[in-house]
Amino acid sequence: MGALLQLKNLRKEFGSHLVLDNICLDFSQGSATVVIGASGSGKSTLMRCVNLLEELSDGQIILDGEDISTYGIDLDLVRGKIGSVFQAFNLFPHLTVLENITLAPRLVQKKSKAEAEARAHELLKRFGLEDKADAYPNLLSGGQQQRVAILRAIATGPKILLLDEVTSALDPVLIAEVLSLIAELKADGITMVISTHEMGFAKRIADRVVFLSNGAVLEEGTPREIFDSPKTTELKTFLGALQDAGRL
Amino acid sequence: MSYSPSVLQIQREEARRRASRRSTAIALLSTLIVGLVLTAIVVNAQGFAAVRESFFNWHYAEKSFPRIFQGILLNLRVLLIAEFFVLIFGLAIAIARTTTAPVLYPLRLIATIYTDIFRGMPLLLVLFLVGLGIPGLRLPYVPNSAVFLGTVALVLTYSAYVAEVIRAGIEGVNPTQRQAARALGLSQSQTLQHVVLPQAFRNVTPPLLNDLVSLQKDSGLISVLGAVDAIRAAGIATAQSFNFTPYLVAGGLFVLLTIPLTRYTDWLIRRQDKAQRAQGVF
Repeated sequence: MGALLQLKNLRKEFGSHLVLDNICLDFSQGSATVVIGASGSGKSTLMRCVNLLEELSDGQIILDGEDISTYGIDLDLVRGKIGSVFQAFNLFPHLTVLENITLAPRLVQKKSKAEAEARAHELLKRFGLEDKADAYPNLLSGGQQQRVAILRAIATGPKILLLDEVTSALDPVLIAEVLSLIAELKADGITMVISTHEMGFAKRIADRVVFLSNGAVLEEGTPREIFDSPKTTELKTFLGALQDAGRL
Repeated sequence: MSYSPSVLQIQREEARRRASRRSTAIALLSTLIVGLVLTAIVVNAQGFAAVRESFFNWHYAEKSFPRIFQGILLNLRVLLIAEFFVLIFGLAIAIARTTTAPVLYPLRLIATIYTDIFRGMPLLLVLFLVGLGIPGLRLPYVPNSAVFLGTVALVLTYSAYVAEVIRAGIEGVNPTQRQAARALGLSQSQTLQHVVLPQAFRNVTPPLLNDLVSLQKDSGLISVLGAVDAIRAAGIATAQSFNFTPYLVAGGLFVLLTIPLTRYTDWLIRRQDKAQRAQGVF
């Protein structure tokens, strides 16, 4: 069986500015890939290209054997198969936690209210958020909001989960609770692509680490290969900077 | 454990109570002085006796009241129907103006021209054009009653205002909300219905209600077409007696009509302020 997700010669330009340069990556079923790189290296754009929030300038994205980058494809159908979580939690402020989580299952997957709510309660209970089901997002801590956002993304049972700097807006205690949730999902076998600045977490959870610099993949390998024996000067400089900042 | 405020806290609360009592006293005193001065000016004016006779005559007020009250009931009917259609058309126009699909360009263009025209045109002119122009066309099945045509004119004008308010609300919803909804697989229209519009309406409730209050009082303008509403009834009574008190009666009823919605608007604004402060925005 081939990879679950394949990126082939992905290129993205904003005007004349090249943001992603010939990205070729395969993501196998059940794997966790961590994308690292400095701000502006193209991590978020890569994520946004995969869930089709950005149009590609060139290249192909193959999800589960289907080319989802061809023009005229049903975007809503494809996005239903990809779960996305952003740095700013983007919960819907006018809906309760339960309504946030059940919205897509009900509208996109046409599940009954009872069925969707049962599934949502199950998820909330498992991750210790059961008592927040009827709360509105603005009454939750940042960590709780981000955990709800992740549950909202997996409630539809997506084939792959994209997590774009999901802990960047949180303090260390809140980061820990979000990361332990992600680790559990990984144990469940959900395929994940994660961009993060939490290197300790990357070492623990990643099957593979991809280093992006100026929109190109400069290195990829196991966490050990990337963190212990960087080859390129760019990665060495990046890791050095993290070390100086006490982030490694 | 029982709550025991610190000495500092007790002193602070005591000082705050003193300050609040003082503010109330000052407000009362200044209101009293302003009221007395204004009364003195009006009462001592040269023509006061004549004005009192022709504007504040209890006899004529009593006599004209039943007719004017019948009239205000007509205003009430007109404005309820008008508000209903204004909200529907306003929403439709606002949605039309915020679409981006190229195939809908004609719709956008028409909606834009519509709002430009009817927001700029004085309501009185629209009333005359609709009220006198449409009967002139002699269209089959279109009623020629002044009430019907007056309501149509109100709806035409106010839909344009309300559309702009709702559009501002739609555009005020953070684009990341749309993105989050689309990323979950919701379609354009599902995103609009379940994510964008609920937040848009919440944002613009106060200005929206403000426009509806304005519509309520402007429902009196249909009298120019001959509909016997409160203003027309007052006009008839005045013409019979050469006393202007009936106009004041009609004015009072209009104020009473708008007060519930005005107070409701104030209450909503206060509640939104509170909710925001609870989030620690300040």
